[in-house]
Amino acid sequence: MGIEQILAAIPWETIIIQTVNGIVTGMILALIASGLTLIFGIMDVVNFAHGELFMLGAYIGVVVITTSGSFWLALVIATLVVALLGAALQITTLRPLLGRDPLTTILATFGISLVLQNYALWQFGPVARKIQEPFTGYFTLFYLEYPWYRLLIAALSAAIIGAFWLFLKYGKYGVWIRATTQDRVMAQAMGIPVPWVHTGAFAIGAGMAAASGVLFGPLVGVNHAMGLDWILKAFIVVVVGGMGSLGGSIAASIFISLLEAYASIWVSPAQEGIVSFVVLILTLLFRPTGLFVPTPK
Amino acid sequence: MSKRSATVYWTGFAIILALLIVAPLVLPEFWRRFVTEILIWGLLAMSSDILIGYTGMVSFGHSAFFGLGMYGAAAALLMVRPPNLWLAIVYGLIGSAAIGLFVAYFSTRLRDIYFAITTLIFSQIFYVIIFTWTEVTGGENGLSFRRPPLAIPGLFSAPFTAETLHWFVLAVVTASYLILRRITQSPFGMVLQSIRENEPRTRAIGYAVERYKIVAVMLSALFAGLAGVLYAVQNRFAAPDFVYFLVSGETVIFNVMGGIGTLVGPIVGAGFFLLLREAFSRFFTEYYLIPVGIIFIAMVIFMPQGLLGFMRRWLNR
Repeated sequence: MGIEQILAAIPWETIIIQTVNGIVTGMILALIASGLTLIFGIMDVVNFAHGELFMLGAYIGVVVITTSGSFWLALVIATLVVALLGAALQITTLRPLLGRDPLTTILATFGISLVLQNYALWQFGPVARKIQEPFTGYFTLFYLEYPWYRLLIAALSAAIIGAFWLFLKYGKYGVWIRATTQDRVMAQAMGIPVPWVHTGAFAIGAGMAAASGVLFGPLVGVNHAMGLDWILKAFIVVVVGGMGSLGGSIAASIFISLLEAYASIWVSPAQEGIVSFVVLILTLLFRPTGLFVPTPK
Repeated sequence: MSKRSATVYWTGFAIILALLIVAPLVLPEFWRRFVTEILIWGLLAMSSDILIGYTGMVSFGHSAFFGLGMYGAAAALLMVRPPNLWLAIVYGLIGSAAIGLFVAYFSTRLRDIYFAITTLIFSQIFYVIIFTWTEVTGGENGLSFRRPPLAIPGLFSAPFTAETLHWFVLAVVTASYLILRRITQSPFGMVLQSIRENEPRTRAIGYAVERYKIVAVMLSALFAGLAGVLYAVQNRFAAPDFVYFLVSGETVIFNVMGGIGTLVGPIVGAGFFLLLREAFSRFFTEYYLIPVGIIFIAMVIFMPQGLLGFMRRWLNR
């Protein structure tokens, strides 16, 4: 078999489409994972309920869109409501656990995820809902058609992550968050209200999860169990990207989503998750500190 | 253990065992089944306690071991004629031990939360494999088979009745409890507990911490697989639902509710959880996890020791 035949056998169109698809999914995943990383980095809390906050965001999006008809209003309201809910959850369940074994927080947030998931099932039923895309145009890439909305998701996610990064870098409260992440006790001594910084960070992470829920809603159906798939992927991303590293999780999100997108050309959607599993195993074998962080000394 | 304390302990053990032996004779059908089920879930929770309570590693992947035990039993009961109970146990244990070795080898490289996450991801992957590999595992529908007779080769063979099934389960769970109790008090168990208390120091003393952790995970997987075999024999099917992560989560809930590091606590926790589920199902139907979840969160915050936590020191003497 000559080289030309091999080249001809590669489905270039599908690969281009899947590359774009992978980047789009990767940006959504990055948005979820960076909230998770923020919460983990600042207070050692692995937020098991993060996927449920994503799912609630999508549901609130559905409700607001059916009543008001505006997608953008839904995006804003879902983000704000879930951020407030996140703050309330942090104050009631995580604040009393501050200073205890970090493993207790994984138990508490697991409890929260059970309650939220069953609440959604009770409130909205088992049938998947659909969010209408705000616009449905296609554009031509070479000779392929691709929906505008998907590109818009990737751009919006990138914008949110970028704004979040600028906020952490230059904003007064962003500096507070970074200070608390580095040294909780010292930050407290400098007059930073550490408990409220924790609450704020949790609210921001929850809001980001909700925003990604609304953005991603149009691509898949919204149902009560959608959180688990995403939280698992986000966990893999956090491990592969390097624990608690924001840049690492973003890079890992895109890397894994691209691999899954390519894999989906050949295997069924249910099996493409195995790709991220293989990446996880290889990471654990050869570089347990994470693929996208500098080697620790 | 002082002599008097030992007497009290073994008296209490004998009384509870006697009550459990009599239970199927006096309880109505529903509750008899309920008690048998508590024992099986209790065994699963107890196996997980080896990791959570004694080694300080929270596993969110016990459903994989439990499920592989179920599917191992199913393989033995479907492929070998005539169905043999002991072969089902052997197959189930082989299945869960193989998975246990695999999970242990990779996940023990990570500590604390990352261990929990990795075990969760592993179990979910096994779920996907079992769910999609329809030709072998029956996919979504799972596998159903007939219950093997209770037989000792060369001695006797009789079909299971509800009573003998209960007694068989009780015997297995009691033996497992005694074995696990002996293990936790052995030098090996002491090393596990010292890993829980201070891992760097244990390593500095000269113990190969990783190897101990791998053995602990495998041990835990074996007993979880045993629970899976019992559940398969009781219910005469193996289904992917039992490999699903929710079962792992419930296992952790049993442990936390009952009190970690006590071995009996997880059984009590399983009983407490199933009772709560039974009670709340009457009002909330399938949404019983809303109130039970809230109770669980409250217990994590206000009662981290669990129901039997106050007896922890005494039970481990």
